[in-house]
Amino acid sequence: MTDHHHEEPFWRKYIFSVDHKVIGIQYAVTAMIFLLFGFCLMLIMRWNLAYPGEVIPIVGKLLSEDGMLTPDGYNSFGAMHGTIMVFLGVVPLAVGGFGNYVLPLQVGAPDMAFPKINMASYWTFFLGGVCMLASFFMPQGTASSGWTMYAPLSVIATTGETMWLVGMVFLITSSLLGSVNFIVTVIQLRANGLTWMRLPFFVWTQFVTAFLLLLAFPPLEAAAVFQIMDRVAGTSFFLPSGLYVGGEVLNVAGGGTPLLWQHLFWFLAHPEVYVLILPAMGIVAEVIANNTRKPLWGYRSMVYSIIFLGFMSFVVWAHHMFLTGMGTTMAAFFQTTTMIISIPSVIILSALFISLWGGSIRFTTPMLFALGFLPMFGIGGLTGLPLGLASADIHLHDTYYVIGHFHYVVAPGTIFALFAGIYYWFPKVTGKRMNEALGKTHFYGSFICINGVFMPMFIQGLAGVSRRLYDGGSTYLHAQPVLQWNEFMTIAALGLFFFQIFFIINLIISLAKGEKVSSNVWDATTLEWAAAPSPPLPHVNFEKVPDVYHGPYEYSTNSGGNGQPDFTPQHKKINS
Amino acid sequence: MEVPYTVKPRPDTGLYNAKIGVWLFLASEVMLFGALFSSYILLRMGASSWYVGSEALNVPIGTFNTMVLIVSSVTVVMAWASLRMDDLKKYKMYMGITILLGLVFLVVKILFEYLPKIDHGHVPSEHNFYAIYFVLTGLHALHVIGGLVLNAYLWGPGTKMWETEPEQFTNRIEIAGLYWHFVDIVWIFLFPTIYLL
Repeated sequence: MTDHHHEEPFWRKYIFSVDHKVIGIQYAVTAMIFLLFGFCLMLIMRWNLAYPGEVIPIVGKLLSEDGMLTPDGYNSFGAMHGTIMVFLGVVPLAVGGFGNYVLPLQVGAPDMAFPKINMASYWTFFLGGVCMLASFFMPQGTASSGWTMYAPLSVIATTGETMWLVGMVFLITSSLLGSVNFIVTVIQLRANGLTWMRLPFFVWTQFVTAFLLLLAFPPLEAAAVFQIMDRVAGTSFFLPSGLYVGGEVLNVAGGGTPLLWQHLFWFLAHPEVYVLILPAMGIVAEVIANNTRKPLWGYRSMVYSIIFLGFMSFVVWAHHMFLTGMGTTMAAFFQTTTMIISIPSVIILSALFISLWGGSIRFTTPMLFALGFLPMFGIGGLTGLPLGLASADIHLHDTYYVIGHFHYVVAPGTIFALFAGIYYWFPKVTGKRMNEALGKTHFYGSFICINGVFMPMFIQGLAGVSRRLYDGGSTYLHAQPVLQWNEFMTIAALGLFFFQIFFIINLIISLAKGEKVSSNVWDATTLEWAAAPSPPLPHVNFEKVPDVYHGPYEYSTNSGGNGQPDFTPQHKKINS
Repeated sequence: MEVPYTVKPRPDTGLYNAKIGVWLFLASEVMLFGALFSSYILLRMGASSWYVGSEALNVPIGTFNTMVLIVSSVTVVMAWASLRMDDLKKYKMYMGITILLGLVFLVVKILFEYLPKIDHGHVPSEHNFYAIYFVLTGLHALHVIGGLVLNAYLWGPGTKMWETEPEQFTNRIEIAGLYWHFVDIVWIFLFPTIYLL
């Protein structure tokens, strides 16, 4: 092939590129913009919760004439915050961004198995994102029935809902294309000698994640088609007979059931939770092994745990539905599976903690974020246990406790891990290093503020404050004793925003004039650092196809004295 | 450095990339139709009234279409086998028959099933039975159309590849054939579930 000898035109190189590295960057940049957008939606909502009825500063005039957020606007923002953060922010960054960029490099492949399908995956995702944004401009605003889009509310909702569903179909198609690519790449394109148990843990997490995306998303596609039919063709898949809307019986055939939507939705959305967390665990494992200069403790148990986790995630979905009157037998089954699925998560987290033991830890910025991930994910996971038990869930369901729980998993958990990944692989992508002082300010500031945002939610939730109140509960008697936390959380959220500015500045400055570093700046063993230049060669990645002779984390293999490296790269043959 | 194993199988897995890819895609499709069939069961169990499929739908036409798809599944294998025996002419013939049968299926479906149903007012909004009938068979029909487009490309302009890379072209026919079988199998499940039960 003469492909990489001639210069490609701009649009081929940077826009409709088939190079997994460019596609990974496209995914990552798009996802980070969406994350920022979703965060801003939430800041407006938080302002309203703390100061209900007061004019929103700066953006107020854009929202309504009197500069306030309407209750309908609040509902829309809530629905779109969830949708954007999960489907357009975290997953595209964790899987589309890091997965695309790092995975082929770590398995020693020149590219993804199907480069054109990879490009199609990004552009389908992009279309889905455009649909979601366009829904804001629909006649009566965007979807407003929560990110779960529970029927029948969503069926009788405004036209923005249809756009949401169409956008969702695009996103599902995109993740299907992506996941097929990931799985085939791992199975087929591993370098010589890179056996399954020599794969970096990050590759394992992406591999299992891809299976979850492949198999869990189609039921939501079916559900989306049903809901589009309900909305457009007047069918009654999710509408029971005799449904009253606005004091009148809805003129439909009826005979459907809203529970069908919930089953189909959660059959996707529970595995989706693991799609959010598994790549994060993978990133943290890479960063920890590298910065403790030790092999991961219990690598094999972690791999088996993650496979088991993948399987189990398909049989726990109804623990989101304990309050639908499902009966004790069903509840008992799903409680049991939910308790079982916590075991592999605990194994992985414990293994990561024990990996720290006795290491000479380098406190670099990525390591700080990885270390921050461990207790935060721990809090998120442990507070989930009461929600998995039906009797406790009846009290806590739909309160701020739930919000606190899953945000601890996703925000200071997954997003911290993603920050760790950005700081860790930035030198790989650019050949430059991010500023440590700005990075550390970013970490410590975010760490304090993010706990200020989410910790009080447990207090409010235990007091019984519902998650969907426009005024933050100020009209409810039982919410009065915990109402003062609303202002605290809002200030913490604004602080969190302030510290993200350090990150954005750091990103721009480092990109423009960061300190140039060697190809393997972290002294890492895995192929993407050890065998490829930074940044890797366009289209081919490696100067020479690497052969692999070692496990992924052979650190401290010798004393490191006399200028000798203290690690053995995976592709380095040692004659003994 | 090219992406390896696009044509030749990888020694330790014994498969080329696209073959794993298509099986994974089909696994995903199984989950899609699995969800659709499960929804059918859930809706029917919960419904206060339900139509008897064999009375509400046209069983002879359905049977005819079932036969059409089964035969087309055979001819698509013949098309692939012809290429394996280096016979492009026979391939053209068998693939042509496959495409024609797919078209027959669609035309019969639309002219003798969808249109008369709609004429009689049996639209999706009438009852969930018709809703599920139209959605399930409609999604299946979309898959048929997708397969037809793919097969038509491989029958027409796509054939050029035979001159330069015969092995990869043969692989493509195998992939298209696997997908076409899947479309056939979905119908074999759909037919008794909706038309007969």
